Amino acid sequence: MAEASIRVTLKLYASLGKYLPEANRRSNQIALEVPATSVMTDLIAPFAVPPAACFLVLVNGVFLPPGQRPTAVFADGDVVAIWPPVAGG
Amino acid sequence: MAWQRKILRVDLTAGTCTQEALNMEWAKAYLGQRGLATKYFVEEVAPSVEPLSPANKLIFATGPLTGTMASTGGRYSVITKGPLTGAIACSNSGGYWGAELKMAGWDMIIFEGRAATPVYLHLENDTATLHDASDLWGKTTWETEPALRKKHQDSQLKISSIGRAGENGVLYAAIINDLHRAAGRSGVGAVMGSKNLKAIAVRGTLGVAGIKDPKAFMKATAAAKKVLADNAVTGEGLPKFGTQVLMNVINESGAMPTRNAQDIQFDGAKDISAEAMHAPRVTDGKANLVTNQACFGCTIACGRISKIDQTHYTVVNKPEYWGASGGLEYEAAWALGSANGVNDLEALTFANFLCNEDGFDPISFGATVGAVMELYEMGVLTKEQLGIEAPFGSAKALTYFAGLTARGEGFGQEIGLGSKRLTAKYGHPDLSMTVKGQEFPAYDPRGIQGMGLTYATSNRGACHLRSYTVASEILGIPIKTDPLATEGKAGLVKAFQDATAVFDSAGICVFTSFAWTLVDVAPQLEAACEGDWSLDNLNVVGERIWNMERQFNNAAGFTAKDDSLPKRLLTEAAKTGPAKGLVAGLSKMLPEYYSERGWDTEGRPTAATVERLGL
Ligand code: SF4
Repeated sequence: MAEASIRVTLKLYASLGKYLPEANRRSNQIALEVPATSVMTDLIAPFAVPPAACFLVLVNGVFLPPGQRPTAVFADGDVVAIWPPVAGG
Repeated sequence: MAWQRKILRVDLTAGTCTQEALNMEWAKAYLGQRGLATKYFVEEVAPSVEPLSPANKLIFATGPLTGTMASTGGRYSVITKGPLTGAIACSNSGGYWGAELKMAGWDMIIFEGRAATPVYLHLENDTATLHDASDLWGKTTWETEPALRKKHQDSQLKISSIGRAGENGVLYAAIINDLHRAAGRSGVGAVMGSKNLKAIAVRGTLGVAGIKDPKAFMKATAAAKKVLADNAVTGEGLPKFGTQVLMNVINESGAMPTRNAQDIQFDGAKDISAEAMHAPRVTDGKANLVTNQACFGCTIACGRISKIDQTHYTVVNKPEYWGASGGLEYEAAWALGSANGVNDLEALTFANFLCNEDGFDPISFGATVGAVMELYEMGVLTKEQLGIEAPFGSAKALTYFAGLTARGEGFGQEIGLGSKRLTAKYGHPDLSMTVKGQEFPAYDPRGIQGMGLTYATSNRGACHLRSYTVASEILGIPIKTDPLATEGKAGLVKAFQDATAVFDSAGICVFTSFAWTLVDVAPQLEAACEGDWSLDNLNVVGERIWNMERQFNNAAGFTAKDDSLPKRLLTEAAKTGPAKGLVAGLSKMLPEYYSERGWDTEGRPTAATVERLGL
């Protein structure tokens, strides 16, 4: 039986945007279809995003703590947004 | 000592400039800048003073680290009673002016009274003279700066001035230095205008002498600079993307007040973000952002310098706006953009240029336009009254209103009074997104609960720069807390408020606090200044400053009732995002906050608190 897959929107912001394919850079996002067992590193691996550069990770706007990133899986339709170290005010 | 031990008192009514010794007892208890100048202010000015009367005073103050080798040591603050709020006002600015004042040999300037006709103050080291400014009145800050340099034949003159907004009594008028750095909030520029004071032009060549232990200071500042350089936020994130990087962060987090806080996410956020400022424009292939820029002595360099597309409707045939100038910071981009549903980056940049050129706060201006647009959509305000159709999303209305407000024309006169007075006049006071009369900035308390308590208790009216819990609740600096939880936020807000008061009083930029804590600040102060600047004492100094400001406001007539939020945030739940269904949980946090502060249930410091802090 084929492995179940889900659709996830991956958003890469600030200096991580450069890892997206050229056509996706202006929108900072890409629609993915991935195995349901995928974790964060699986999402970013095809784009060669260094995991250490991922500072802030939001899933549907909710913070994904670093400790959960190696194991947390996603649901169909999830939006995963990632930033390098950033701040403002 | 890193203090110059010298203050200048300028009596504008009498036209005199007098030198005084700095009160060193107060300096050791209140540090400098925000803390020390507020101490002078509360000792000299009655809390009941009418903000735009000659009896109000206006203090320009540096900190002990201003003008030194400490990173970001270029800051100054303007302290007065604010006309927008009726509360203590304290607005902080960067650029080069503050360091120049310090290097001219002064810790602060106290202006009192009112000049009979427009004047400006010229300072050349020890020599202070008042000059006629009749020919500058009616000019923008961008005209005033070169005019004064030419007149004094001094290209190095640093100038802090008001534009037409300050002259015309815009209640959120700013004071602008170095063309696009601003003491931005609470209407300090309107107080300056009410005194007929157009500008302060400074040339300082004396340096900052008297560092207590120069060797230790060199070591401490070098170590602290390394912390900033090694930290990924202050070393890479802020220089490259500026504060504007938050546009997508806060929008994705579902905490972006949108269309006068009717919504909590803005679908146009991506178009006005840091990423958009970096992207080549479709029209001319150039990016909006030209470069970053640093204030005096800053090793972070978060400032944005932008150029507007020359074919954009705002600047066609207006070459005076084609050059590079101060670009959008996050708060301005939010207030001019999301708060009004406008996603035209070039239009926002133009409106921001006008805010700098004529000196007014983009946060209060933009948020007031948001209220106007809501009233327009309700049919309360009409095209005939406004001079333009003004639905949410109209870039044309935004830039039109910016011009009117800058020049004090037409409906701009009403927008210049801020949203509290404007919405009350038209019968809908609940549509004003203000606390104590000041518009709140770019974080929605329904999605970042700590910011609700921050706004409600800020001594200068709603503000993010008094306690930036966003750092913890969203970014995880220094530790991550849940933005949707109210538990634990009372202590978090208090800790941020007290620490920020120290940063603001030392002469350094609060953005260092993304990498520094008071542990990094203490050794720099210890090496530079006489007195006890240990970590423990700094915490007390911060708390003392906060309570001093609070006591002034209480005496000015503010009560616990004023520690509130706009009704919309308390009763209308967020419609989307992680906070969907939530309102601001202020009532769950406020009693605990009062108790943590050592205040009674009416929000007054108890006798024990007053005594403990030596107030
Ligand atoms: S961090 Fe930014 S605002 Fe602060 S001093 Fe540096 S350039 Fe100026």
